[in-house]
Amino acid sequence: MSKKFLSGNEAFAEGIRLARPQVISAYPITPQTIVVERLSEMVEDGSLSAEYVHVESEHSALSCAIGASAAGARAFTATSSQGLLYMAECLYYASGGRFPIVMMNADRSTALPWNIYGDQRDSLSQLDSGWIQSYAENAQEALDLALMSYRIAEDKRVSTPYMANLDGFVLTHTYETVDIPEREQADRFLPSYETDNRIDLENPKNMAFSAGPDTNYIFKYKEHEGILAASEVIKETEKDFAEIFGRKYSGLTENYRTEDADYIIVTLGSIAGLCRETADKLREQGVKAGVVRIRYMRPFPNEEIAEVLKNAKAFAVLEKDISFGNEGTVFTNVNSALKKAGVNVSGYNYIGGLGGRNISAGDIEKIYSDIAEGTDSVNFIGIGGTGNGK
Amino acid sequence: MKEIIWLGRGGQGAFTAAKLLGAAYTIDDDGKYALAFPSFGPERRGAPVRAFTKLDTKPVTDRSQTEKADYIVILDDTLYSPQLSELLRDGGQIIVNSKNDIEGARVFDAEGIATDFRLPTVNTVMFGLLIGLSGVVTQDNATEAIKGYMPKKIQERNIGALLRAVQEVAE
Repeated sequence: MSKKFLSGNEAFAEGIRLARPQVISAYPITPQTIVVERLSEMVEDGSLSAEYVHVESEHSALSCAIGASAAGARAFTATSSQGLLYMAECLYYASGGRFPIVMMNADRSTALPWNIYGDQRDSLSQLDSGWIQSYAENAQEALDLALMSYRIAEDKRVSTPYMANLDGFVLTHTYETVDIPEREQADRFLPSYETDNRIDLENPKNMAFSAGPDTNYIFKYKEHEGILAASEVIKETEKDFAEIFGRKYSGLTENYRTEDADYIIVTLGSIAGLCRETADKLREQGVKAGVVRIRYMRPFPNEEIAEVLKNAKAFAVLEKDISFGNEGTVFTNVNSALKKAGVNVSGYNYIGGLGGRNISAGDIEKIYSDIAEGTDSVNFIGIGGTGNGK
Repeated sequence: MKEIIWLGRGGQGAFTAAKLLGAAYTIDDDGKYALAFPSFGPERRGAPVRAFTKLDTKPVTDRSQTEKADYIVILDDTLYSPQLSELLRDGGQIIVNSKNDIEGARVFDAEGIATDFRLPTVNTVMFGLLIGLSGVVTQDNATEAIKGYMPKKIQERNIGALLRAVQEVAE
């Protein structure tokens, strides 16, 4: 293991180098650019043996990865924001074709107004595209997810593409100390990709076909089963990962001081660290505060969320997203989990960090104090409640 | 936790200095943690740039911009304003590269040192001044960070400038 001071993008690229993709196709976009630049350098210096395909658009980047996967290769691409939206059509081809491609998405705001800074509206808008979606908090987790992503995506029970989300700038461009695993460890953890879901001259078959009304929905049912199966595969993969690399992860969610918590913030991505620090501070003042970090939005941690929130007095969902005309999408998903489990706890939605706006410790303290007293159902940090459902 | 805010103009290497400090702090000690990040935005030569370094003996998980700093290091004196003292913790210091005295700040002619070492930027000089004044990292670890994270052909001159800056403060 070697220690380096790296950005989230660079750490993710190191993880991908260890995962040995055979084809990389990418189109640069801020704040993803560094990851594809580093991978390009690795291919150039020979430390990564892959076909690096420069394409003319994100639509082509993912199309190329789909073609590579259909030929039986391990494929990687990366994008962000408008790039992700431009490749949206292909997202569904990848998931429907059950091609276990890994893509890094640097979470960034969507236009208009045009903005390059971080929020999560790009990836959350694609929750229905049939991809596994993880959200890393720091550079070490980003590197580790890069390695784990292929194990999870390529598992025959899953066969689903994997989108690894890193908060733009706050994670992709922030430098911190990262342990880089040894090549030998990585090879032991991640075997090479073997599949029957590929073009094979010896065994010709029809791929990427059409299916009419009578059979189409059976494929969709199977696709749903595949992504649901990832819940178990993620746990197994993390167990093996901990044995080889010594770092433990906690499945679809990560709970912090929630056992006896009265007030819990549910969030995702790199803002979770500041939430935990604020919870610590409030605990010193006698407020029983806790934090749930959602690590995977798909498959969604329905049971985990219901279990951890059931004894709380109130919770807030803090997210960098808004589904205009309704509420934040993470809030919708969390409420559905509670409803299905028959859990009835007061919940409030906090929208913040859109277009990269800073979320301060004071903002998070205010969330904890607001939800203890009751507030609007949907609140924009620094602006106010939207007045609905108070 | 120690927090340092770096102010410079695009192209002056303020963020590189922020990174070098983080790398130096953590380079030989698994019990030390650092974060370094720029004020995010399109990179434009000449535009004001802020960068942040956070140093601690436990993992740094607060990724928000520093609200109160122990040191503010200013690479270009046209970016100095008296209001910056509001960003300082009690006992904090402002260090400025300038040929003119500034009340309430420690002023050094970093450009003079940079010129001696044929460097177009003052970032490693300011890094040296900071560590000389603060002792947040040793000059040996700072040297190792330059060796680990700067292109080979400019390492020697930057290390020379850094060490001269440390000496400058010691005198």
